[in-house]
Amino acid sequence: MNALQRHRKLDLVWASQPGFRGWFSTVNHNDLGRLFLITAFFFFLIGGLLAMLIRTQLATPGSAFAGPEIYNQIFTMHGTIMMFLFAIPTFEGLAVYLLPKILGSRDLAFPRLTAYGYWCYVFGGTMLLVSMVLGIAPDGGWFMYPPLTSSIYSPGINTDFWLIGITFVEISAIAAAVEITVTILKYRAPGMSLDKMPIFAWYALVTSLMILTGFPPLILGSILLELERAFGLPFFQADLGGDSLLWQHLFWLFGHPEVYIIFLPAAGVISTVLPVMCRTTLLGYGWIVAAAVALAFLSFGLWVHHMFTTGIPHMGLAFFSAASTLVAVPTGVQIFAWIGTMWKGRPELHLPMLHLLGFFVTFVIGGLTGVMVAVVPFDWQAHDTAFITAHLHYVLFGGFVFPMLAGIYYWLPHVTGRRRSFRLGELAFVLIFTGFHVTFLAMHWVGLMGQRRRISTYLPEDGWTTINLISSVGSFVIAIGFAIVILEVVLNTVSARRGGRNPWRAGTLEWAMPTPAPSYNFASLPHVTGRDPLTDDPKLPHALARGEGYLATPGQWRETLTVDIASGKPDFHVIYPGNTRLPILMAAVTGVFFLSLLLKFYWTVPLAVIGVAALVWRWVWALGRAEDLPAQDIGHGIALPNAASVDRSPGWWGSLFLLTANATFFGSLLFGFAFLWTVAPGWPPPVWFAPSMVELGLGIAGAGGSAVAIRMATRTNRQGAQPMFALGLGLVAVLILAAALGLLMLRAPSPDQHAYGATLLVLGGYGLFHACLTALMFAFLAARIARGFTSAARRAEFAIVRLWVDYMALVGTFILLMAHVTGISA
Amino acid sequence: MLTGSILIFALVAILVAASFRSRKGTIQDRFWVLILGIAFPATVLLALLGYGLFVGERLLPRQGADVVQVAAEGRQWDWRFSYDDLPDQTTEGVLHIPAGRPVDVAITSADVVHSFWVPRLAGKMDAVPGRVNVLRIEADAPGTFAGLSAEFSGRGYNNFTFDVVAHDAAGWSNFLTGETE
Ligand code: HEM
Ligand SMILES: [Cu+2]
Repeated sequence: MNALQRHRKLDLVWASQPGFRGWFSTVNHNDLGRLFLITAFFFFLIGGLLAMLIRTQLATPGSAFAGPEIYNQIFTMHGTIMMFLFAIPTFEGLAVYLLPKILGSRDLAFPRLTAYGYWCYVFGGTMLLVSMVLGIAPDGGWFMYPPLTSSIYSPGINTDFWLIGITFVEISAIAAAVEITVTILKYRAPGMSLDKMPIFAWYALVTSLMILTGFPPLILGSILLELERAFGLPFFQADLGGDSLLWQHLFWLFGHPEVYIIFLPAAGVISTVLPVMCRTTLLGYGWIVAAAVALAFLSFGLWVHHMFTTGIPHMGLAFFSAASTLVAVPTGVQIFAWIGTMWKGRPELHLPMLHLLGFFVTFVIGGLTGVMVAVVPFDWQAHDTAFITAHLHYVLFGGFVFPMLAGIYYWLPHVTGRRRSFRLGELAFVLIFTGFHVTFLAMHWVGLMGQRRRISTYLPEDGWTTINLISSVGSFVIAIGFAIVILEVVLNTVSARRGGRNPWRAGTLEWAMPTPAPSYNFASLPHVTGRDPLTDDPKLPHALARGEGYLATPGQWRETLTVDIASGKPDFHVIYPGNTRLPILMAAVTGVFFLSLLLKFYWTVPLAVIGVAALVWRWVWALGRAEDLPAQDIGHGIALPNAASVDRSPGWWGSLFLLTANATFFGSLLFGFAFLWTVAPGWPPPVWFAPSMVELGLGIAGAGGSAVAIRMATRTNRQGAQPMFALGLGLVAVLILAAALGLLMLRAPSPDQHAYGATLLVLGGYGLFHACLTALMFAFLAARIARGFTSAARRAEFAIVRLWVDYMALVGTFILLMAHVTGISA
Repeated sequence: MLTGSILIFALVAILVAASFRSRKGTIQDRFWVLILGIAFPATVLLALLGYGLFVGERLLPRQGADVVQVAAEGRQWDWRFSYDDLPDQTTEGVLHIPAGRPVDVAITSADVVHSFWVPRLAGKMDAVPGRVNVLRIEADAPGTFAGLSAEFSGRGYNNFTFDVVAHDAAGWSNFLTGETE
């Protein structure tokens, strides 16, 4: 078989459906990565347009352009769009497009999940856009502090759009994070041990783990606030045992890590592009990885610095102030390692390099003003002025937009397969760079003169007129710059000359394929022996195309292989699902769920839930096969077991990381409970929960029983028998636990009168949800066995269900204990 | 703080610029990471932190004999002030204090989160419903000081301001006996 024949055969298996119909059924990371990036850029344009409106409004004093009602919507939507619909999805898109290529694999771990995440993002984002078009957009600022956003002070639907729309969009962030984590850990080229992984993958891994632990507090906060708004559960009302500070804690538990979730992928781009621009290798690879990990850990200890003015005890202030300044150390390590890289090599001023220089200047200034506001006395002065807004843009623009522009220009030839022949980018850079600094230096200045953020207008006597005008002019220069960027990208995509392979002479694997990338990435998978495989062996692309790597024989499935996490030794053979409309359908039904909540059509909520459950059932059912697959030959004399006949299958890893996010969610809920209990005014509650030893005992027995049952089932299956009895037992046990949790919910003391009862209700609901979920899983396993989809060898599903059952048993027991034991002790 | 920042910025800028020279000495990897990357920021930060804590300490409310106690309650969109020394009087939009004496303002809110800020007298302190935060302010000389609410509070946020009037000793006793106003 020659290279062309191999290409035809592979493409037949991997290609999406032709035409625009393919968009709705594609699960290929090539398509979805590009869709993600284009959509994110579209939202950036909307966000940018809103920024122009803001600057127009503030350009002159007493501007009549927009009144406070509209202005509040504009800046809230600007912040919200930029943070949730532009920055995070840009990372997701980049990672989705790039990771399988740079890791030497054929697709991401869960292709359908990629598609589902994408469509959730599109639908959720659309919801927010619709609210804006109708003039009922959220208007409480991007961090939505209650009680301003509670139903008393914001009765309209505006806030609900934010809470529900953003939660919908967060599904895509969690989905992508699970996907990226498993992909990086398992879906790499053979031989690529962790220490040979491209640096971008390290950054993406750390970022994804941060999303898994950083987003759940926000999701929890949004759910609680929506419950308060819709059903009067008083989590944030001080007179009913709630506390508005709880929201601030939950929000910033997310919000601070969010800044690093945005910065780290950009740092990954810098660490990838900079050495290539300097014709050398990255200095201090190990140190940079360590710094990224340290930054991730530190960033979870810093959230309180956004709350320095809320009356935090003095010791707390000192601690968080110290921790906040400490982040400058790992940041410093990265910056100086990059500068060291430049010294080591010979920097060449290509366009991506210009943007990297823009990054250095801007980000360092942003970092320095950041350290300033971390010093408490200074923050007491600067907090909530335009100084903070300016600082934040230096960090976000410097730490995200410039590196991403560098990335766009660096990978554009990869996406288009063309060489850049219009020299507009240099001009665009100059405009964006100068425009940016003019705009935001001016804003630092008016901030120090006392201009608050979020005011829709000011008086001529304030003396801010000239500076604001300068700032606004600067922002229009930025806008022109971006218009040129778009123009150039479009021109290049449609009309430039075809380029050769690997135009930058980079060493990473994404350049070891034809451009634009074929649907299957690599005709055969490389064996990696170093960090820069392409530098070590410039002929690698041809060898791979000729089929000299692994999995060189196209079969009837989309195939790839996974590796052992640490060593990179190949361990399983994986068969992917093909094109399907299931993801978009499921996203749509999920959308019905959120829309029903938004419009308060409560009768469609259960319908949507059942719909999602049914689709999930089909989704999982489509995997696997009814007969054992022998070990698969991947070439070079290696045969691997199929992933359905192992204990630690990709699904198991995915569940593990999904449960990590889930456990963080539960942990945040417990944190909230403890916080209200110990700190909120208005405690103790008037009525405590009436404990019942019977319910507690039965519930715990149910939890224990289900955990035992799934173990029995696993063992019986391994012995080659059908474990129907064990599964039945498990189902009964789960239902008993569900009943105990349901009773807890029913008997929670007046949830709308005190946050205590409200929290118990939510805890019970959380447990009940998981109990129903595992009941469904038991039923699913039984159905699979009945249809012959499992065998002693095909056992992966048992291990996955066991993970979920154990988690459910654990949280179920914990919730029951908390309710009943606190009831007894009171 | 500004000078320090400018110096650090200049250092980074010079290092970046210098990397473009065609001939440059070789510098060890460890120098970049350990000395410039770790030791240097750590030193600067320690100094800054010490300074911050020291200044912060001085801003802290401390017990004292002649501390005046007042209370501020924010609501959409005005401030209501009351005085321990004058139990049955409240003022709206204007806070009266004696000059030259420390004043503890007990800050709270009747509805949403606000923030009490008199830029020339002290930093900000949030007004959180259900809680009372205390902020120490002190005016060196008599006069009127502009105050702002500095936490976004919805539609009326633009013009949500107040004044602090610092009286001399005579003026303050007049106020307490009800002769001002
Ligand atoms: C394209 C150039 C941009 C301009 C001219 C711009 C301008 C502004 C201005 C003037 C404000 C202050 C609104 C106010 O306080 O009244 C603001 C707020 C904000 N911007 Fe931007 N911005 C730009 C890009 C970005 C980007 C790229 C991001 C994030 C990735 C971002 C995130 C935010 C956030 C989070 C806020 C705070 C919103 C709030 O107070 O609720 N901006 N922007
Ligand atoms: Cu922060």
